[in-house]
Amino acid sequence: MSSASNATDATVNKAFAAIPALLEQAPALIGRGRFLDCECLLGPTSHPFHASIRAGRIVDLTPAPVLMRSWRFAYRASPAAWAAYWQSEPRPGWHDLLALTKRGEAVLEGDLHPFMAHLQYFKDVLALPRQHFAMAAS
Amino acid sequence: MSAYIEPIIGRYVHVDIGGEAHRIYFEENGQGNNDAIPLVCLHTAGSDARQWRHLLADAEFAKNFRIIAFDMPWHGKSNPPASWTGGEYQLTTARYTETIRAFCKALKLDKPVVMGCSIGGRIVLNLAIDHAAEFRALIGLEAADFQAPWYDTTWLNRPDVHGGEVCAALVSGLIAPQSPDVSRTETLWGYKQGGPGVFKGDLYFYRVDGDLRGRVETIDTKVCPLFLLTGEYDFSCTPEDTKRTAAAIGGASVTIMEQLGHFPMSENPEQFRRYISPVLGEILKQSMQHRQGIKV
Repeated sequence: MSSASNATDATVNKAFAAIPALLEQAPALIGRGRFLDCECLLGPTSHPFHASIRAGRIVDLTPAPVLMRSWRFAYRASPAAWAAYWQSEPRPGWHDLLALTKRGEAVLEGDLHPFMAHLQYFKDVLALPRQHFAMAAS
Repeated sequence: MSAYIEPIIGRYVHVDIGGEAHRIYFEENGQGNNDAIPLVCLHTAGSDARQWRHLLADAEFAKNFRIIAFDMPWHGKSNPPASWTGGEYQLTTARYTETIRAFCKALKLDKPVVMGCSIGGRIVLNLAIDHAAEFRALIGLEAADFQAPWYDTTWLNRPDVHGGEVCAALVSGLIAPQSPDVSRTETLWGYKQGGPGVFKGDLYFYRVDGDLRGRVETIDTKVCPLFLLTGEYDFSCTPEDTKRTAAAIGGASVTIMEQLGHFPMSENPEQFRRYISPVLGEILKQSMQHRQGIKV
């Protein structure tokens, strides 16, 4: 693995770890997820995070693996895909969670009900690093 | 802001489709000029003709075009027919084609231009295949003979997922990031207001019944010019899908629109105008030459 991709991985991991705090600053988004309680696996394909969501808040975000921790659904994408998704003006085909699955850069697995029932919530939560990422990566 | 009334007028026309009366709502602008070219606009799956309101209100286009947009049955202000008792709605190629032709006939439109987006773009290809001589020109936005599915449509209509929310959230990714927030919100509002199962039923045409691969080769653009325009951010009908389709059709015009997605006319009307204006200009030029008896 090159040092450039190591740097991307580290930046992506750092950006992911900051999502719960960014969500706390977005009360309207928390409100949209007010009926959502869910355990899910989110993040880079090789180094995802277990996320515990309660009433729209991410109350715990822990790097996987965690011994015998369950999850209902997983959305994992390559670090390059997250880096592209978080650009302030993403390129065509890299601008949406389902655009990434269609192009094979992300994988959606498990019981998809919580994800689909709160699709815009997850799209917006996982886009939260967009406001800071481009600056941090430069 | 001082109050003003838009020039768009909405009315209902009663049309027989499939042997049954349908009350179809349509809006129009630009009929003051008798020489105006009829331009019929078709909305996307799961939405309605409000998507065209900016084009309809365009004073410059309305000088030469009678711009008309109608709500398909089950959409917007066009109710389902009286015989419907709540069964599953499914749009087919035959029914969609019949609806457009019946609407144009009911309004006595003389060789209209038809412009459709998404499923409207797909059916425009079918009109070009089977009924080209009836139309002055055809414009397909986000149009292709086929495109790979990217989600399971059963999520669109089930009691444990809010249909309006999931339909809007799915298509939200098809809007270009550069589109103004107000236009993005308005475009998604149309999806949030769709009837249960209607978006899914439209996609029966798109995904199952309306595969035009192997048929578009028969399109003769000398009989009816064909213009295809696709937004670069449309990952449902990608620019590659449109280019592949056009490559099989001699004489089809292809434009890839920058900073636009799957809903060009509603997600960013100003940006869309930059692309559609020359197309309408070309159609107007050809129409005037034809009227003056000049062979083009």
